[in-house]
Amino acid sequence: MNGVFDLGGTDGLGPVVVEENEPVFHAEWEKAAFAMFASSFRAGLFGVDQFRHAIELMDPAEYLLSNYYEHWAHAVQYYAEKQGLIDAAELAERTQYYLDNPDAPLPEREDPELLEFCDLAVKHGAPANRESGKVAAFKVGDLVTVADDSPIGHTRKARYVRGRTGVITGAHGTFIYPDSAGNGHGDAPEHLYTVRFTAKELWGEDVADPNGASYFDVWEPYLTLAENQGAH
Amino acid sequence: MAATDTSLRTEAEITARVKALEALLIEKGVMTTAAVDRMAEIYENEVGPQLGAKVVARAWTDPEFKARLLDDASAACAEMGIGGLQGEEMVVLENTEKVHNIIVCTLCSCYPWPVLGLPPNWYKMPQYRSRIVRDPRGVLAQDFGFVIPDDVEIRVWDSSSELRYWVMPRRPEGTDGMTAEQLEPLVTRNSMIGVGPAAAPAA
Repeated sequence: MNGVFDLGGTDGLGPVVVEENEPVFHAEWEKAAFAMFASSFRAGLFGVDQFRHAIELMDPAEYLLSNYYEHWAHAVQYYAEKQGLIDAAELAERTQYYLDNPDAPLPEREDPELLEFCDLAVKHGAPANRESGKVAAFKVGDLVTVADDSPIGHTRKARYVRGRTGVITGAHGTFIYPDSAGNGHGDAPEHLYTVRFTAKELWGEDVADPNGASYFDVWEPYLTLAENQGAH
Repeated sequence: MAATDTSLRTEAEITARVKALEALLIEKGVMTTAAVDRMAEIYENEVGPQLGAKVVARAWTDPEFKARLLDDASAACAEMGIGGLQGEEMVVLENTEKVHNIIVCTLCSCYPWPVLGLPPNWYKMPQYRSRIVRDPRGVLAQDFGFVIPDDVEIRVWDSSSELRYWVMPRRPEGTDGMTAEQLEPLVTRNSMIGVGPAAAPAA
């Protein structure tokens, strides 16, 4: 989908503000929002690509102005409601309760297996590479062009690389395809490549850094072989 | 989401809303407060940029390890017991006299957690994500005070897949003979993102 989250090359957003000696978490609620991700993933509420897509579906003004971990809480809420685990009225009522009673305690529950899951997930991760019998259509050194289309749902085809041509510098095997998984249609693994685009190709000769390039990872369905092989 | 949700919330409102969501998820059997404490403990005290610094310092002093790191970063880090969530497929990019690498995630905020910990806010904010691909040299000079000479090629790596890129900065001048342990404190988080140099040794 086309949305404000797709920020590469957007102008006018102002300077980068760096906080000196920034803490890992700025508030207790950030810790809760962070931990909701692993807990909800374990409960089967979403996969990583679906989680990203829920953030992309936020109101664009809110997306730009809200705290990062509010995005995470939004995504958890989105799928908890979608799966019928909680409803909006129930959440609004409980929110009002904690606004009126900020020191009221949270419910108590023990789940030692969840703690074990957290430790194992952090230590081992959740790899996204998937076996597939698919033969790679492209190889390192091929000149390729990214499709210039606008998919409706989740995609990792950022706008600034659409229609652009670059050279494959890495071929990585098959990985979960976000354009399928992020829209709830399963892993559907596809070959993944790293493509090098010159700054000139991305931004035009007049504004591009003459000695710059961007590297972007793309899944095979995004690509076609460019016509002028050998020209770059 | 209701239309009223577009306005920024106060800290009290955010706190109440997340607490309410947490309470309901606890009651529905999804999470626990102990899990919150554990996840926070891990990323506040156990996993952070000190781990990436350990890897870089070793690579600076051990050419064979450096070769393995550049060939397969996840495997090389695993030798040191470092790896896991958001680092399943890591790629280390070596800065040289002629090439400077920078990482970003323009679509979200992907970041190599096992070696750098959780990302700082500026890495996740629209300002960095929008500008670093279009004007990397300018952003480094203006926003980070880090000037890259024009004859050095700038490569920006957009973390658009589950590959997790990070940077091996150049070893600072005047560190010949220093051990990996002495070098570790010079490897800063920003230098492993590519927005700063490794620190100079104390005179």
